[in-house]
Amino acid sequence: MNTFITLGEIASARSGDKGNHANIGVVAYTAAGFAFLQQELTADKLADYFQGLGLTRVERFELPRVLALNFVLYDALGGGASRSLRMDTQGKLLGTAILELPLPKPIDLQSMRPQAVTS
Amino acid sequence: MVLRIGNGAGFWGDSQDAAVRLAQTGELDYLTLEYLAEFTMSILARLRQKNPQAGYATDFVQVLQRLASSLNFQPQLHVVTNAGGMNPHACAAAAGKLLSEQGLGELKIATVAGDDILQQVEEIQRQGCALENFDTGQPLAELKKPLVSANAYLGARPIAEALGEQARVVITGRVADASLTLGPAMQRFGWAWDDWNRLAGASVAGHLIECGAQATGGLSHDWERLELTHVGYPIAELDESGQCHITKPADTGGAVNRRTVIEQMVYEIGDPTQYITPDVTVDFSTVEVSQAGPDRVQVAGASGKAATDFYKASLAYDDGFTASGQLLVYGRDCVRKARAAGAMVLERVEAAGYVLDTALVECIGAGVGVPGLHQPPADLREVMLRITVRDARRAAVERFTRELAPLITSGPPGLAGYTSSSSSVRPSFAYWPTLVPKSLVTSHIEVRSAAAWCEVSR
Repeated sequence: MNTFITLGEIASARSGDKGNHANIGVVAYTAAGFAFLQQELTADKLADYFQGLGLTRVERFELPRVLALNFVLYDALGGGASRSLRMDTQGKLLGTAILELPLPKPIDLQSMRPQAVTS
Repeated sequence: MVLRIGNGAGFWGDSQDAAVRLAQTGELDYLTLEYLAEFTMSILARLRQKNPQAGYATDFVQVLQRLASSLNFQPQLHVVTNAGGMNPHACAAAAGKLLSEQGLGELKIATVAGDDILQQVEEIQRQGCALENFDTGQPLAELKKPLVSANAYLGARPIAEALGEQARVVITGRVADASLTLGPAMQRFGWAWDDWNRLAGASVAGHLIECGAQATGGLSHDWERLELTHVGYPIAELDESGQCHITKPADTGGAVNRRTVIEQMVYEIGDPTQYITPDVTVDFSTVEVSQAGPDRVQVAGASGKAATDFYKASLAYDDGFTASGQLLVYGRDCVRKARAAGAMVLERVEAAGYVLDTALVECIGAGVGVPGLHQPPADLREVMLRITVRDARRAAVERFTRELAPLITSGPPGLAGYTSSSSSVRPSFAYWPTLVPKSLVTSHIEVRSAAAWCEVSR
């Protein structure tokens, strides 16, 4: 039986740059999902997942009213928009990449999945 | 009263149709156009060195040509843009010429300048401000490299002042992106400059629309359902309480829903309780976002604290030269071949007498997008070899650009794409983010008719 889920099952994300630092905003689909992410999606877990970037530390901030967590990944961009030699100098891909981060499967997964779309 | 502020550009190179489309709704009070990334400023500084009439975002003048008729027939419409870049006066002169030719010589154009502090950097240091790099704490005096540009991020005050003098088009140099939206709000609502919660509300609105379509479905993980081909750019409808609705023009693609707005709210922020603009320190954590109708989202509850006594400033200095090259590598052993071909290029440059300061070989397709996250699959048949270098010597980088194409005949088999294999050599810049006391920076505005700006250019 599968004991892991990926972050993308219960949240969406968007990333960008500030100099040589990147940020990733993670937005849970539901309040239950947000509570789960507050417990499970730690700064340490991100630092480990993205260790190939050569980052120096990760800081996490909470925006509970919009069910979002914001992560700042310090020194993650190999020099930043002007100096980095990488294809992705601005951390644009990190918001997509983080959606595959594995998390332990919660018992109430269904309550964390996207609900009927309001629009 | 509700102010309708649309943003039709989020960077230099963004859609040129979006601004026109927004203006043609006939419902905007203000159209903002944001063109300046950090590296844009250093490129513009170099252009101005070569030509005193250059150094601004020329895209804007092309767009303005198409906005002239809207400006003519919609007396409520104003344009607020940072297209002035390193040379707001030259931009205003070009805009004045264009609008005069369209019969709009009476229309008032304002410039906002004073952000360019390059000539004042030594004086600022003499005044006791060490211009420490805010990432490293190092004082600027230790940099020992000539600066290319130095710009403070000005706030909403000079924009509000220019609009107060009846300017229909306001062209700034470097200002904080959110201030492009706050400036009009301050002028029209007459809020006190320490009415922090209202200033925060309008700044949140500015932050939400500053990247254009990123608030209306761009980058959304729901992209397949959103008809992004004809995406509408965002409009903030701001009221006197500082709350806003985010929406988009009717009959456009994309979407405005809680998720498109919240994802943009957390875009490129640090501590959400301390989002510092020149005008106010915004707390995003108190913001409530709710669906108010189809493609309409209400954003309320922003709170603010006093602005700091500093402007953020971005200083740029020369960092040598850079170039990049790429070739398609095909076959069962494509990753191995690509890595070997990359090494060959760098060894050949070295054999020509240049040990490059820094170089990176990437095999695109083999998991380099986010380094270290994924191994290439075993059955991979092709990768794009990409080599990027930087060196203090132009000649070294030029030598590098000549080593990609020869691989087509002298490298491993299965390489293609030599006609487009190398970029040209371009200057590389590095940045020095710092803070400068507001008391040491003076913004100034100039308001003239389009016809009078035309005279300035002669």
